[in-house]
Amino acid sequence: MRLVIDIARTHLISKPRQTIIAMLGVTFGIGMFIAMVSLMTGLNNFTEELTMTSSPDIHIYHDVTESRPSVIEQVNVGGINKVHHQKPKNETPRLRNAHQIAALIRRDPRVTGVAPSISSQVFYNYGPVQLSGNILGVDIIEEDKLFELREKMKEGRIEDLKANHDGIIMGRGLARKLNARTGDRVVITTPQGYTMTLKIVGVFQMGLGSIDNVRSYANLSTVQTILQQDHLYVTDINIKLKDLLLAKSIAPGYQRMYGYKAEDWETANATFLTGNIIRNILTYSVSITLLIVAGFGIYNILNMTIYNKMKDIAILKAMGFAGRDVKQIFMIQSLVIGFIGSLLGLAIGYGLSLLIAQAPFNGGDFISLDHFPVNFDPKYYIIGIVFGVTTTAFAGYMPSRKASKIDPIEILRG
Amino acid sequence: MNTTAFEPHVLHTHKITKYFYEPDKFQVLKEIDLTVHKGEFLSLVGKSGCGKSTLMYVLSTMDTDYEGELEIAGVRLTDKTQNELAAFRNKHIGFVFQFHYLLPEFTTLQNVMIPALKLGKYSRKEVEDRAYAKLEMLGMKEHALKPTSKLSGGQQQRVAIARALINDPDIIMGDEPTGNLDSYNTHVVFDIFQELTHTYKQTIIAVTHDEEFARKSDRIVEMSDGHIVR
Ligand SMILES: Nc1ncnc2c1ncn2[C@@H]1O[C@H](COP(=O)(O)OP(=O)(O)OP(=O)(O)O)[C@@H](O)[C@H]1O
Ligand SMILES: [Mg+2]
Repeated sequence: MRLVIDIARTHLISKPRQTIIAMLGVTFGIGMFIAMVSLMTGLNNFTEELTMTSSPDIHIYHDVTESRPSVIEQVNVGGINKVHHQKPKNETPRLRNAHQIAALIRRDPRVTGVAPSISSQVFYNYGPVQLSGNILGVDIIEEDKLFELREKMKEGRIEDLKANHDGIIMGRGLARKLNARTGDRVVITTPQGYTMTLKIVGVFQMGLGSIDNVRSYANLSTVQTILQQDHLYVTDINIKLKDLLLAKSIAPGYQRMYGYKAEDWETANATFLTGNIIRNILTYSVSITLLIVAGFGIYNILNMTIYNKMKDIAILKAMGFAGRDVKQIFMIQSLVIGFIGSLLGLAIGYGLSLLIAQAPFNGGDFISLDHFPVNFDPKYYIIGIVFGVTTTAFAGYMPSRKASKIDPIEILRG
Repeated sequence: MNTTAFEPHVLHTHKITKYFYEPDKFQVLKEIDLTVHKGEFLSLVGKSGCGKSTLMYVLSTMDTDYEGELEIAGVRLTDKTQNELAAFRNKHIGFVFQFHYLLPEFTTLQNVMIPALKLGKYSRKEVEDRAYAKLEMLGMKEHALKPTSKLSGGQQQRVAIARALINDPDIIMGDEPTGNLDSYNTHVVFDIFQELTHTYKQTIIAVTHDEEFARKSDRIVEMSDGHIVR
């Protein structure tokens, strides 16, 4: 075996230009793969984390737009009934027995947090201008357990909300639009026309424009007052699970048991997750294409080497090298090319990733981001090297097999 | 007169017959019976195209597409697998070709060492010592570390002989080993072969077109049209 390795090494060293060109093919393929995958998964993880932290594992609410059987269908069961443009019933989004439901769910061992809340559309009055947004009535301590609000506070503390009955914590984008800061008072108006003056006790930033530009948190009782509802009024229950991957299987059970819509995070973020999948497909298909091109390079160079070394192969066989030894000699060459080429590729990919991570990038209002998020997960470096070595092994196999089948007599006969 | 006839035989064939099918069916070897004894220096002669090279490829075990029986060093080689035959060649047969066929990327010493490293019987150090010994015997020791491309034709052929000898084979086969050499180097190679056979009891079969070379060897086997005629 050592002899076979020595011969392979001598072949590689004696034709340095060929060897280097073959390696660079792999290096380029793997380098691009690492750079692309680092950026793509970095972006994916960043947005995923944002969405994940801003959406509950399971969200229970009263879906008033859910289609319901029409009256005629209830009366004339099984008949041919035609109902055009059925409107929803005039129902409030109120969850009946919300606190009992919350208490029951809290006992479920798979659940780590339950937070009942009220959400409502409101207008924020800014001089003559009205900005539409929403207000969330929460138990801020419970809400923090689910969404880690404490870490997202830019001004003030979440405890300040507990202490202030007419306090709100405002999204940073919204505060900026209103030109308001902590301590200022804002006037809000509900769609029903109720008006109230509230005091900003803190500012938060989730990092997602769709939240930061419209939302404020207030105490449950504050929002109940605004909406002129009783102190049991709740419209949403948010749930955090021990294992968020179970959400999809747990949600339907709750929906059946409590009779309200229970939506898991995967369903709620379906469009966003599809985007992730498409980005991954893109990354892998571009990388595979690059590697196939590199593979063809190796295939060509090995074929050329073997063609030039026909005589040597014949001599080796005459001296007692079996076909398998000859195959090994050339497989080792392609694997060494693949391995060193991939290692260089990892280094270059890492370098590129570092550069990308430093490039300034403005996420605009949509995402609060000043640099590209780049993923340095070692997993992708392992995939990269496995990928590179496998491609070269495939590319090298055919020429190596051909070499092992060379009939020495035909060459020696001249 | 022929004392070697009393030595045990190293190579023996029984009715070796071979056909080529391309372009037409054509019998190149016709029931070749040949016995070669230990320490014999045998010349194989005959007109161009009579089948000498073809016979050598069969004897060398590289060509297995024949009928009849082949036995070398007491081992029946007919019907062995390619891998078994490769291992057998490595241990028991040494080759010297018309064109020197050294591996150009390796030094003289490495070329000589390769078959022994392949055999794996001796440590690397021992193999190196043995290779030096063979090179010294052939007057090539001072060229040991040169790349083979820097050697003359005669020198290359001596390195090829050293390589053929490295595993102490039972038989050395050469297809026109002096065919590409000038008369001086032909003499050098002949003298080496003679010394090997007479002093070291090495067995050698060499195809040659050189009448003087053949005449001075121990025994001449002449082929004509696929038959052994003498
Ligand atoms: N692969 C082959 N296919 C068909 N015919 C072949 C093949 N190789 C050799 N022959 C024919 O077989 C005959 C014997 O060839 P061989 O090479 O053994 O001759 P030779 O005695 O070595 O000749 P020379 O002295 O010129 O080397 C020739 O007629 C040749 O044309
Ligand atoms: Mg010939």
